[in-house]
Amino acid sequence: MSHGFLAIAVVVAQLLLLLAMACAIIRMVRGPRAQDRVLALDALYVNAMLLLLSIGIRTGSVLYVEAGLIIALLGFAGTVAFSKFLLRGEVIE
Amino acid sequence: MPHPLMAGFLLLAWLLLQQSLAPGTLLAGLAIALGLAWAFGKLRAPPARVRNVPLMVRLLLRVIGDIVRSNLAVAGIVLRRRGRFVSGFVQIPLELTDPYGLAALACIITSTPGTIWVDHDSRRNVLMIHVLDLVDESIWIDTIKRRYEQPLKEIFQ
Amino acid sequence: MNHLDGLPPWAAVLVGVLVLLGAGFAFIGSLGLVRLRDFYKRVHAPTLGSTLGTFFMVAASVVCFSILQGRPVLPVILIGVFLTLTTPITLMLLVRAALYRHRVEDGRQMPPR
Repeated sequence: MSHGFLAIAVVVAQLLLLLAMACAIIRMVRGPRAQDRVLALDALYVNAMLLLLSIGIRTGSVLYVEAGLIIALLGFAGTVAFSKFLLRGEVIE
Repeated sequence: MPHPLMAGFLLLAWLLLQQSLAPGTLLAGLAIALGLAWAFGKLRAPPARVRNVPLMVRLLLRVIGDIVRSNLAVAGIVLRRRGRFVSGFVQIPLELTDPYGLAALACIITSTPGTIWVDHDSRRNVLMIHVLDLVDESIWIDTIKRRYEQPLKEIFQ
Repeated sequence: MNHLDGLPPWAAVLVGVLVLLGAGFAFIGSLGLVRLRDFYKRVHAPTLGSTLGTFFMVAASVVCFSILQGRPVLPVILIGVFLTLTTPITLMLLVRAALYRHRVEDGRQMPPR
């Protein structure tokens, strides 16, 4: 009974996280400005990291945690680089 | 030894990643932590002094409570159907000048959903934040100054 | 899902609730990205996923793995620590970049009301 609840909860959570990633992608496509897209990309990274954690719980493998750690690190570096570019780069669309 | 706090944090992170306390990992972690702390010392960052540890713990707990509450508030704003709310920028004159105190204040304000640190004018020492649900500017100024700036001043200055 | 049967019933319920809470906060945060109307409002939304969303998910992983392996599994906590340290930095930089671009393009005095 309680294990059935856990199985359903993990699947529901993964669906929610997929929807969250879809929202981020919608914002990334719609824009309208570059900063909106970078913000959406950052949210996408975080949601992907959470999705990896939930996959880790579902499969019982700690490997996914390491993958999540790498996504968190790269996402941070990527967003900082994009923001720096927006601060310095002459990109007026 | 320069920057003991930083070296300790690095060593702890290393041990957590390695998940073992074998002498080899411990030694390697110690070498890396001390090396990086030494390198950090070369950057000539001014040393941070924490004067009031119990107050810092209390501030931390308060911040965690505030983060939980404003999470729920922002979730309510997002979920409400076309709710009427005004958001805007608020200018707050500060008395806090310590760089570490300001850094801590920036992290507190930004990691609380609903408020974000925008700009700090270091000459006039005026902080600009953006608030999602702005009802009354003076309440926000008062909240930031009393809840966060006052304890941070006592901790770092 | 055989390995999850190794959890005692209370832990199974606890992990399930934590996972749902974490995903729920992350989802509401990203929903805010779509629903809020301008950039300075939207920038508040993803903080939900990176504070409470991450906290609940990390807590669920720690409980789940620690009980399954019979010893504390702590590296997951590093993700939480790391995200709490980096999220403010990225958001602040992004808002500054946005403010700079508004000032350059519009030529009018920010902040807009």
